[in-house]
Amino acid sequence: MQDLLQPVLNGILLGGLYAVIGVGLSMIAGIVKLINLAHGDLMILGSFLSLAFMGVVGVNPLVTLVFVVPAMFLIGFLIQNYLLNRVLGKGMEPPLIMAFGLSIILQNTLLLVFTPDARSLISSLSVKSIAVADYLTIPVIYLIDFIIGLGVITLLHQFFQKTYMGRAIRAASDDEDAAQLMGINTKHIYAYAMGIAMTSAAVAGVLVGMTFTFYPHTGPQYLIVAFGVVIIGGLGSMIGTFVGGIILGLAQLLGAHFLGPGFQLLSGYVILLIVLTVRPQGIFGKAT
Amino acid sequence: MANNAVLKVCDLNVHYRDFQALWDISIEVNKGRVVSIIGANGAGKSTLLKTISGLLKPTHGVIEYHGESIGHLSAHETVARGISLVPEGRRLFPRLTVLENLIIGSYAPRSRKKKDRALGKVHELFPILKDRARQMANTLSGGEQQMLAIGRALMSDPSLILFDEISLGLAPLIIKSIYQQVREINQEGITAVLVEQDVKRSLKAADMAYIMLEGKVVLQGEPLTLTEEAVREAYFGL
Repeated sequence: MQDLLQPVLNGILLGGLYAVIGVGLSMIAGIVKLINLAHGDLMILGSFLSLAFMGVVGVNPLVTLVFVVPAMFLIGFLIQNYLLNRVLGKGMEPPLIMAFGLSIILQNTLLLVFTPDARSLISSLSVKSIAVADYLTIPVIYLIDFIIGLGVITLLHQFFQKTYMGRAIRAASDDEDAAQLMGINTKHIYAYAMGIAMTSAAVAGVLVGMTFTFYPHTGPQYLIVAFGVVIIGGLGSMIGTFVGGIILGLAQLLGAHFLGPGFQLLSGYVILLIVLTVRPQGIFGKAT
Repeated sequence: MANNAVLKVCDLNVHYRDFQALWDISIEVNKGRVVSIIGANGAGKSTLLKTISGLLKPTHGVIEYHGESIGHLSAHETVARGISLVPEGRRLFPRLTVLENLIIGSYAPRSRKKKDRALGKVHELFPILKDRARQMANTLSGGEQQMLAIGRALMSDPSLILFDEISLGLAPLIIKSIYQQVREINQEGITAVLVEQDVKRSLKAADMAYIMLEGKVVLQGEPLTLTEEAVREAYFGL
């Protein structure tokens, strides 16, 4: 029993990171009704922006958030406003194809600019750990991931509940026509929503870069993580996204514990398949 | 008669892809009056309201509000001009509370400063909405939802309200009460356009009536001048 505590702890902490990876995808899928296939690559763009900033000003990666978050907000706003908004309402395929194209462009641009070398956002935090007992240590970086992830989710929840724009975004996602009748310029709102989703991707990118190594082509593997979180947790719920992340993290780490490290990813996917079979809308999702 | 028409629709034609829904519709609405647009299902009444409010674009024809051409405007721009639509089926935001549904009605910059005053008026008109402020919109009864939809339309501080089939699915006593409130709203000076299938009630409420059939206006006039026979023939296309 005791030896389960470590994987459970790691799974929960990692789950916080997974949640903040998934929340941006969840937002755009729920609000703009668009599956952003470039989400993972945009997140890794955040990681590389942080890397670049660190190269210029030698600071702790967390400090680079000051630069990366606004930069990613702007990038998200522009992408939605000038690219994706143009193909909304024209069917399912055009937005998907455009996002996919964006993904390819991003990966190859990053490859050109940064080379295929393995990268990491190095800080002293990445290797520290806190020993709680002789069978339980807390990797500091995982703890930071969890705390920041929880913070981001909480902030977003407050934003959607308490602000005019947050309510307008929720209204537009419920009923676009009715929202327009309230005087809401929905295309404009979608651009802001994408900007906000990208700020969460920026945070996720920096955290991922601090926790794991990354390459220009790492994006898609985190897109899958994001998908997992969204499917398990359900669309349209901040709490759902957070719980989805935790469950995915737990599934992976417990699977690795019982079956071996090679089974980590598989265990996550098995839980995903189970949720899809038993409750396709996700744990906190609306039943359609 | 002095022409103080605030809303003028001239030769309006609207298509849904290849299907023509409205044919050369011309309608005038005078300031502070109640105009009823009556017709059976599929006559094009909702299409007309949706086009005026900017959800649909005309293929041909002119819509003027206070002399300004508004046919090309999108829905959120029309709201900014002072036109509010109470949509068919209410289209409340199900995951927002009653209060949030009302507040979002004041989203337009022009309306936002007047939000508190508008909210006070809506609560005065529909006290039940104050009681149910924190409930989710989709937990209200049919009549309460209709009141919320009307209240929400009032929040943008409109000068013209378009009511699309507000009596649909409601019990007669509740309809009577809601029409009383519509009358009160009109008496405050807000011009009203009522779209209804219920002939008797909407003729009673109106200063001017238009009967539509298959996308065309087939009869118009002040309700007292229209005979029951003429209305019936126009409504059913006999």
